[in-house]
Amino acid sequence: MDAIKFVEEQLSQENTLPTFRAGDNVAVSYRIIEGDKERIQIYRGDVLQINGSGKTKTFTVRKMSNGVGVERIFPMTSPNIASVEVLKRGKVRRAKLYYLRGLVGKKARIKEKAHNAK
Amino acid sequence: MNGIIGKKVGMTSVFDETGANIACTVIEAQPNVVTQIKSADGADGYDALQISYGSAKEKNTSNALVGHYEKAKTTPKRKSLELRDSSIEAELGDEVKVEDVFVVGDKVSAVGITKGKGFQGVVKRHGFRGVGDATHGQHNRGRAPGSIGAASYPAKVMKGMRMAGRMGGTRVKIKNLRVVKLFPEQNLIVIKGAVPGHKGSLVLIEK
Repeated sequence: MDAIKFVEEQLSQENTLPTFRAGDNVAVSYRIIEGDKERIQIYRGDVLQINGSGKTKTFTVRKMSNGVGVERIFPMTSPNIASVEVLKRGKVRRAKLYYLRGLVGKKARIKEKAHNAK
Repeated sequence: MNGIIGKKVGMTSVFDETGANIACTVIEAQPNVVTQIKSADGADGYDALQISYGSAKEKNTSNALVGHYEKAKTTPKRKSLELRDSSIEAELGDEVKVEDVFVVGDKVSAVGITKGKGFQGVVKRHGFRGVGDATHGQHNRGRAPGSIGAASYPAKVMKGMRMAGRMGGTRVKIKNLRVVKLFPEQNLIVIKGAVPGHKGSLVLIEK
């Protein structure tokens, strides 16, 4: 396993992301390269889960787009992530919020953590 | 053919320069030892290089093989393979290292023994689609193979008819893999894509 860790350390960069967890509302600034132009797209939603470990760790962000649920998986070490901003700290009782997939509208809201409100 | 015998360490994923995430296999290839050189003008009648990997206990190696490895002034090895018409310049007993064979970007093949899957049905083993219908009086036959032949003519099942049976555990070559990165000091090769076998199994990486 050490060889895997060595390769991962050699070949991937470390993104300095703020600490966040499932239930938090985040805005991910993602670099998009079109031809030779580069622009930044902001993807805002709730963190559904943090998956994996080490350099292959990912997080899933879910949002409602025109009434349709959209989920995007971002690798933590992706060079295309410009920044992540934590907008709200959510109060949730589990690490994987799969139950949100079955909920819409007011039921799909996540309560904000009281003492950590920004 | 040039190549090196290595051990599959496991898989991970890395980002390339365009930002794409690619799945990679890490191979640890300790320096291989040249244990025999065959030549077309000699007794063997063809050009080949025998390379050997790892180490084996002498008590578990036959005397014939111990003598064979002693000829190359080395200790018993775990695995020996022949590379026909190799362009590696080496003498008997020389070490072949990762950087002697590959550069980053090389197209390579990986040869190994696949993971044993046990006795499997036709859907997993041969990619049959199964029966698929849950209705029309169907029941209990979702993954059945269906008909395996006609009737009183030909009155037999054709040879080679694909059926259920043992799957995996066979020697397989995966072509068109690419060398993503080499770490000569650590004897590591990072290859794009998957390689046959379980972690710790031996694979021949050839180009």
